Amino acid sequence: MKAVVIIGAGPAGIRSAQTLMAHGVRPVLLDEAARGGGQIYRRQPENFKRSAVKLYGFEARKASGLHQTIDALRGQLDYRPETLVWNAEDGALDTLHEGRAARLEFSRVIVATGATDRILPVSGWTLPGVYSLGAAQIALKFQGCAIGERVALCGSGPLLYLVAYQYAKAGARVVAVLDSSPFSAQARALPGLLSQPATLAKGIYYRSWLTAHGIPVHQGATLKRVNGEQRVQSVEWSNAKGEHRLDCDAVAFAHGLRSETQLADLLGCEFAWNPLNRAWLPQRDHAGRSSVAEVYLAGDGAGIMGADAAEMAGERAALALLEDIGYLIPPQRPDSLERSLQRISEFRNGLERAFAFPEHWASETADEVVVCRCEEVLAGDIRKVVREGHWEINRVKAHCRIGMGRCQGRMCGAAAAEIIACESRRPVSEIGRLRAQAPIKPLPFGLEVEP
Amino acid sequence: MAVLKRLAEGDRPAVEFTLDGEPASGLLGDTLLTAVLTCSEHLRGSDFSAEPRAGFCLMGACQDCWVRLGDGRRVRACSTLLEAGQQISREPGRTL
Repeated sequence: MKAVVIIGAGPAGIRSAQTLMAHGVRPVLLDEAARGGGQIYRRQPENFKRSAVKLYGFEARKASGLHQTIDALRGQLDYRPETLVWNAEDGALDTLHEGRAARLEFSRVIVATGATDRILPVSGWTLPGVYSLGAAQIALKFQGCAIGERVALCGSGPLLYLVAYQYAKAGARVVAVLDSSPFSAQARALPGLLSQPATLAKGIYYRSWLTAHGIPVHQGATLKRVNGEQRVQSVEWSNAKGEHRLDCDAVAFAHGLRSETQLADLLGCEFAWNPLNRAWLPQRDHAGRSSVAEVYLAGDGAGIMGADAAEMAGERAALALLEDIGYLIPPQRPDSLERSLQRISEFRNGLERAFAFPEHWASETADEVVVCRCEEVLAGDIRKVVREGHWEINRVKAHCRIGMGRCQGRMCGAAAAEIIACESRRPVSEIGRLRAQAPIKPLPFGLEVEP
Repeated sequence: MAVLKRLAEGDRPAVEFTLDGEPASGLLGDTLLTAVLTCSEHLRGSDFSAEPRAGFCLMGACQDCWVRLGDGRRVRACSTLLEAGQQISREPGRTL
């Protein structure tokens, strides 16, 4: 019999698995990481000793709950860690585990692929010592390391303040927090944010804590450039008061998150432009059903809503799946989950206003800035192709290879879309969607194929 | 010099490896990325400018932390755990 498969063992995938198991359906749970938990609740290696409170702060209870769930389930379900899903087509997934390729047919699949940082490049961002905000957090949680001795944290989004707080608390020296969104935007966003008072309170707590501990926090502050020869030596930034320079040896930056949608794309899901995420997203109904009958979507991989929502969406999608294959599900539960998800969605709207997308990034980015770090395609290279008359992102990709490197546009895709839109004077929603290609991550030579 | 700075979990057993042929040492539970960047300043050279790179996303997405092992395999340093005796070499990259 073909399996019910879940891709991704983060908050959404783990709750999906738990819900299916509770109804007697034993899924295959595929995860690229060695230990389940996903990114925000990334687990440290087994021989590390820090407590959950030390690692996850206010979220310790949620993180531990999720980890305990996967630990309790792992012997019962078909859990396959360190397994990359690199292709999906015709009702089957192509996987890679320890150098061996295999094909797994599925009857139904829940796609819970998560997200990565959304990156808007600046000059010097390829220097050693520059990382994404998510990377800075992983270095600390997963490896007990800071990304440098004197760290500048830049960009925008809730992760900016969380990472700053976690770094300072762990004893790292945070030389400045440079938030590109202005204070006025955050004040305007308050009514929307009040829909999740506890989450709002945490955000305010992090910021007050930083100020109380003498860490400079600047709002309306744009990172302009990272200077250095072989590694980071300083950053230049600007605000209403002018241009500034700050010595540091490490920088982390990002503007929120972007969904990992490649597998949903290869599975044939319909996509729609989502203004809130400023991205094309696979369409899902309130329950997590995609446009393809066998495919369900849950968590940040189908639109950024955060870890709490991912847990709920994972359970909701599993309930939808169960219902679709004829199982009886608790009649009240779907409504209750959907109502909670709706509340988080209102909060998410508020967050987007508070940490507004820097609309001027594309027009203010110099031609010399590297946009694609894989193949060093410059902003000017993209603009040249647009000036030749191309504006559809896949055509632009064909001409200058933006989005064609090893990362397949994960790091540069959002930025490239902004530059194409700006240069062609079209809305970013009307320049097309970067198509996913298999293999979605590089495969090694000498792959063994399982019979 | 180093890029990464250890803040916690320092009391783990040492794990010996070689970096470009020179003896080096990390800690049990380090990724290759952590082991290399706590004792040096880069992981690879860019394929298009040979400029130094030290990874970026640490979550297996950016593909900018590949290193080569003694057995010929190329692996992502951010998601591969250090093992004793590994011979890690950094590719110098290329210029156009």
